[in-house]
Amino acid sequence: MQLVFTEKHTRHVGLCIEVDRQLYCSRSRFQRIDIFDSHEFGRILTLDGVLMLTEKDEFIYHEMMTHVPLAVHPRAKDILIIGGGDGGTVRELCRYDSIRRIDLAEIDEEVVSVCKEYLPQVACGLGDKRVKIYYEDGLRFIRRCSDAYDVIIVDSTDPFGPGEGLFTKEFYGSCFKALKNDGILVNQHENPFYPEDALAVRRIHQRIVQSFPISRLYQAHIPTYPSGHWLFGFSSKVYHPVRDVDTDRWKQYGIAARYYNTNLHRAAFALPTYVEDIIKDVEDAGISRL
Amino acid sequence: MRDQNRAPVLEALTNHKAARVVPFDVPGHKQGRGNTELTAFLGRACMEADVNSSKPLDNLCHPISVIREAEELAASAFGARNAFFMVNGTTSAVQSMILSVCGKGDKIILPRNVHRSVIGALVLCGAVPVYVNPQTDLRLGIALGMALEDVRRAIEQNKDAKAVFVNNPTYYGICSNIEEIVKLAHKHGMAVLADEAHGTHFYFGEDMPKSAMAAGCDMAGISMHKSGGSLTQSSLLISGPNVNANYLRQVIGLTQTTSGSYLLMSSLDISRRNLALRGAEIFKTVRGLAQYARDEINQIGDYYAYARDIVNGDTIFDFDPTKLSVHTLDTGLAGIEVYDILRDEYDIQVEFGDIANILAYISVGDRERDIERLVSALSEIRRRKKRDKSGLMRFEYISPVVKATPQEAFYSPKRLLPIEQTEGLICAESVMCYPPGIPILAPGEQITRQILEYIDYMKKKGGSLTGPEDLTIERLNVMKGR
Repeated sequence: MQLVFTEKHTRHVGLCIEVDRQLYCSRSRFQRIDIFDSHEFGRILTLDGVLMLTEKDEFIYHEMMTHVPLAVHPRAKDILIIGGGDGGTVRELCRYDSIRRIDLAEIDEEVVSVCKEYLPQVACGLGDKRVKIYYEDGLRFIRRCSDAYDVIIVDSTDPFGPGEGLFTKEFYGSCFKALKNDGILVNQHENPFYPEDALAVRRIHQRIVQSFPISRLYQAHIPTYPSGHWLFGFSSKVYHPVRDVDTDRWKQYGIAARYYNTNLHRAAFALPTYVEDIIKDVEDAGISRL
Repeated sequence: MRDQNRAPVLEALTNHKAARVVPFDVPGHKQGRGNTELTAFLGRACMEADVNSSKPLDNLCHPISVIREAEELAASAFGARNAFFMVNGTTSAVQSMILSVCGKGDKIILPRNVHRSVIGALVLCGAVPVYVNPQTDLRLGIALGMALEDVRRAIEQNKDAKAVFVNNPTYYGICSNIEEIVKLAHKHGMAVLADEAHGTHFYFGEDMPKSAMAAGCDMAGISMHKSGGSLTQSSLLISGPNVNANYLRQVIGLTQTTSGSYLLMSSLDISRRNLALRGAEIFKTVRGLAQYARDEINQIGDYYAYARDIVNGDTIFDFDPTKLSVHTLDTGLAGIEVYDILRDEYDIQVEFGDIANILAYISVGDRERDIERLVSALSEIRRRKKRDKSGLMRFEYISPVVKATPQEAFYSPKRLLPIEQTEGLICAESVMCYPPGIPILAPGEQITRQILEYIDYMKKKGGSLTGPEDLTIERLNVMKGR
């Protein structure tokens, strides 16, 4: 018997993972949620058939979403995560004793409960006393916040679907408002390789550069995400992601990361030429508008 | 009540397709095969439903089988005696209503904030408009419904009028006291015609304003393609027990195409079925979304999303709770500016913006997350663009000065003059401002300084002005020698 999970990355390309068995399947108010056991990648979480994480490679994504801003911001104490109901981002943040509050705005309560049950490796931080979960639409949640957070991490699904609102100008503007004077916004930024996704990268970046004075992309290699080459957005009111990184301070946190390190931090912001080309003109246009 | 599970036009089209009839009739694209580019764009199913009238599919001009049945089902669903499928929008429904009751020189009592189609009907039939000035809300800057007293006065001063025309509701969702207007008009032997372009859901939703048929109106034009969910341009004309339906069909036939589109007709049929079976539930959801949006928008500050809280028992007798009208002036931004910013910077298209308001159209197709986007965008626009509101023009309702009938003026010898030289002269064409599509000038009306200033202002604010022969609205046609 061969059971295969396939996610189409484009109309003509897909990623196939042999599945041992399906552990969970249900349709929540917002989306279909599935958990699989696989031979190569361990447990897998998919939402509406789109792979969100696997036990084997989730560390890359979650480390890059968290350690990059935490190595730049000198005193990040109040953190907001939008999305991220699987708990992976929370887990990484919980490794910082210096953080005093982690708010999580996740629209789908069922994602949280399913991950707690089936993905304890990922969801383990959700019980930390600093964590407070708000089951609410991220756009709605952020609208009410003002001058409240040092770092906001947007750990969302794709821009086509329930997470669409988290890729809009109104969302990034609301994040700007919700951040303190020296706040940092990090968001997952799709892949730059497939043309349709590259267009999304460009549009997302365009909207962010219109909202933040500093806005840079960085990258990581994530085997199970489309094209394997993933981008993240680093947007900030004051701190520059490379010039203002304090590697000594970060090393003092004593965090043993598997993907992230301080050398990689600087390198991650060096983008391939074709990626620079995708965003160059929207960056120039955005900067002139500020 | 007939069996509303049926959809006779749809069923006939399905049978027609299954029969694999070889078409040696129009349309020439022959189920799309003759126009592959169009088929690629619209889809095969769509092209296959684009067929010609035939015995099994009936004929819109002379319906005797499936279209007739579908119309009867529609009449039943709307509580009307008769219903007519319209394929040229509610414009044609409104014009047919008026043409069926007014001839040359006949008076019709109507509010000024009528749709342009009404003015068009007056040009066609030569009727004399007797305008009832709608009251205006100065804070919101919008024209309201007709005050009952004003209608009574107009009726008593014009006992020879043939009909009273009512917006139910206005573009903004405002209803007049239609039930009392019907009683007054009928007492004087006048027909009551309702423009229900924005009122389809009044017939199906719970706790909605009174529908025209329930209020005893004689005819109503219903934009099924708005809240009813059918395809753009499809509409219904419905009539009550005192209307000669066969004569009305003759009047419709004066201007209606003889090639009625089955795409439009099937969309009416399917939408009617959906509304009859699920309308109450659908509009409960829509109301809920609109109310949620209002609550959220009113928490932002400066914006005012209004609904039944503005009801005053007369000129705002009732308010459509599915409408999301937002007053923007306290942010220092005109409605039309917010409308433009929403589209240009936030990729959000709302229905219209006028001087003081925007209107977002909420329907069964909306999702909660889209409402969140709209609310957040409004919040952001306020944060980024709020400014002092002095210098913003206040809305003023401009009372028309009727000097000739629309028909007389429209067909009179004309002079095309630069607009600034037309003050005091009689306009020979219409000037509409979109949105909201209310006439600034109708043919036969005197051009005043105030009107010229308003046109100039709307041009500067980016409103779309339409109607005159000169598309740039630099020049206007006036009646020669007047």
